[in-house]
Amino acid sequence: MTDIPMDTMVRAAAHPRRDIGLKARYAAERRFRIYGAVAISVGLAFLAIMLITIVSKGYTAFWQTTVSLPITFDEKVIDPSGKRATDPSVLIKANYPKLAENALVAKLGISPDDKPMIQKLKGFLSEGARVQLRDIVAADPSVIGTTRDVNILAAANLDSAFKGQIDLSVEEARRKVSDQQITWMNKLKAEGAMAEHFNSGLFTYGASSRPETSGMGVAIIGSFYMMVIVLLLALPIGVAASIYLEEFAKKNRFTDLIEVNINNLAAVPSIVFGLLGLAVFINFLGMPRSAAFVGGLVLTLMTLPTIIIATRAALAAVPPSIRSAALGLGASKMQMVFQHILPLAAPGILTGTIIGLARALGETAPLLLIGMVAFVADSPKTPFDPATALPVQIYMWANEAERAFVERMSGAIIILLVFLMAMNITAIVLRRRFERRW
Amino acid sequence: MNIMTEQSLENAVGDKMNAKSNEVIKMRGDKVGVFYGEKQALFDVNLDVRLNQVTALIGPSGCGKSTFLRCLNRMNDTIDSARVTGKITLDEEDIYDKNIDVVELRARVGMVFQKPNPFPKSIYENVAYGPRIHGLAKRKADMDQIVESSLKKAAIWNEVKDRLQEPGTGLSGGQQQRLCIARAIAVSPEVILMDEPCSALDPIATARVEELIDELRQNYTIVIVTHSMQQAARVSQRTAMFHLGYLVEEGATDKMFTTPDDKRTQDYITGRFG
Repeated sequence: MTDIPMDTMVRAAAHPRRDIGLKARYAAERRFRIYGAVAISVGLAFLAIMLITIVSKGYTAFWQTTVSLPITFDEKVIDPSGKRATDPSVLIKANYPKLAENALVAKLGISPDDKPMIQKLKGFLSEGARVQLRDIVAADPSVIGTTRDVNILAAANLDSAFKGQIDLSVEEARRKVSDQQITWMNKLKAEGAMAEHFNSGLFTYGASSRPETSGMGVAIIGSFYMMVIVLLLALPIGVAASIYLEEFAKKNRFTDLIEVNINNLAAVPSIVFGLLGLAVFINFLGMPRSAAFVGGLVLTLMTLPTIIIATRAALAAVPPSIRSAALGLGASKMQMVFQHILPLAAPGILTGTIIGLARALGETAPLLLIGMVAFVADSPKTPFDPATALPVQIYMWANEAERAFVERMSGAIIILLVFLMAMNITAIVLRRRFERRW
Repeated sequence: MNIMTEQSLENAVGDKMNAKSNEVIKMRGDKVGVFYGEKQALFDVNLDVRLNQVTALIGPSGCGKSTFLRCLNRMNDTIDSARVTGKITLDEEDIYDKNIDVVELRARVGMVFQKPNPFPKSIYENVAYGPRIHGLAKRKADMDQIVESSLKKAAIWNEVKDRLQEPGTGLSGGQQQRLCIARAIAVSPEVILMDEPCSALDPIATARVEELIDELRQNYTIVIVTHSMQQAARVSQRTAMFHLGYLVEEGATDKMFTTPDDKRTQDYITGRFG
């Protein structure tokens, strides 16, 4: 092997190489890879910035400052004239904030006669204390005359101060929390009476003008109703339409026209569907404004094209050999579709449906037009009651100026994103799990 | 003749002799023409399919043999643009008559396809599906019986009897094709159409399927499309040669492979074109 003739080696080395542009080709490929990497990095960077901003602003929304106070349910305050046995409305109208104030005055060791100091306590506790204490008394009137520890919500400004979100270096007159309140706050904090708890109210309260008592309860229920309506209407209608178009309808001009229109509908801006809903469902059919039912109908119209397109693609992806096999055995067309094609297409259909639902869940514009942007404080009992939706709630909170509302908005965005991610992950898992079984 | 072995020729001749007594016409094509849209794919085909014999359809690609096969159980109905003219009878009945239900026809004329196409279900379900939709078994025990006998007839029972609940798609190609044959047999058809049933199989699996076809001839009438001259010679009693949409020649297999009347048949079976 070693004695290769010298002259052949020399000839091999001297053989003129053609220039086939290898260097330039490899350079082009390297450049292309760099462009791709840069594009993806930029995308990821923006995503990271967005998520970090939202989470850093929003995670505190899941915690709420409360003050633990021994509330004395003083009969003289609640029912000074002693008429509650005959007139239950007394218990509703009673001056409950006074009870909380009295307890706080006692807790801080302020003399009950020191009116100027008591005046400074104003805005320390939330106005929500009224509802909180009223509910306790309404649930059990025998509590009157006794003393009990209650976690009273702190006012939004104190909540912000407690979470360290208020810049204390700003001149006192120009900030919403006075030095005296800060002193009291630190005193209560040292005693362990003032602390942060998990903010369950964020998930249960409705709309409120006070951040500490406002939550997404109504929006979650509204969105839930709408998703149920979309699922119940869009899935069967969409799947039925797709099966008809894909398997039964003759391929002619008319079905081509329908197909083009479905594809166009999928691209129609959602606000147009809102206008349609307003004109048809509310003005023409006289359905209630702001109702989740109407919202669900509008979102159904919007989701239908997505579901139809996904379902048709899933049906078309079932190999023709399965169709021939079923027909060759003497299955009717209906049996072929429902016993073979549909089960095989189901994962694709479900994936498309979930993605359509996720899109509907995040849709805001059409809901604004049908009045789902209302101030709804009470939980809707049925889909026909006024309600809002998660993205609309975010939109409404984004319009508020207070720091505590911005915090809640970010919290709501986190929750919406968690819902959307959960749905998309479900879709991916379904697709992975059931993909291509033939 | 150079492509056939002496052995296979003898077999073909022997089979022909045995089948001599049986010359009942099971299906008959009378001036069958097929159009795909404006294009005519099949012209005036007159072809008889005899009871309990294997009829092989041969010819170069695109000659219309598969098209003719698919007319026999009206699988062409599933193609929107396809149109069939002429007359095809099954036991003297016109299968394109309005009174004939296509579902019933396909139960009587079963089909096995080029590529094995088991349903993505268990082996048991694959075979049980046909009998179930046609209501052939009232009780589970009856169904078990049908499944077992179909798999036995398709010569695959011993290989799958312990794994009936496993997916049919997990079998090898040859096993899948025999499963598909079992599935076709399960509905007790009178005629079985096979569209190049061995083209996706290796030689060993092909040999198994060919043996099987020969056994099935006892109980069924078989029409097989094949690209393999040897296969046609080995398994069939009668052969029909198609070319460019016309039926060139039809006759007993041994005669077709020894003394064909038409020059095109001669050229094709000796491999001069195809």
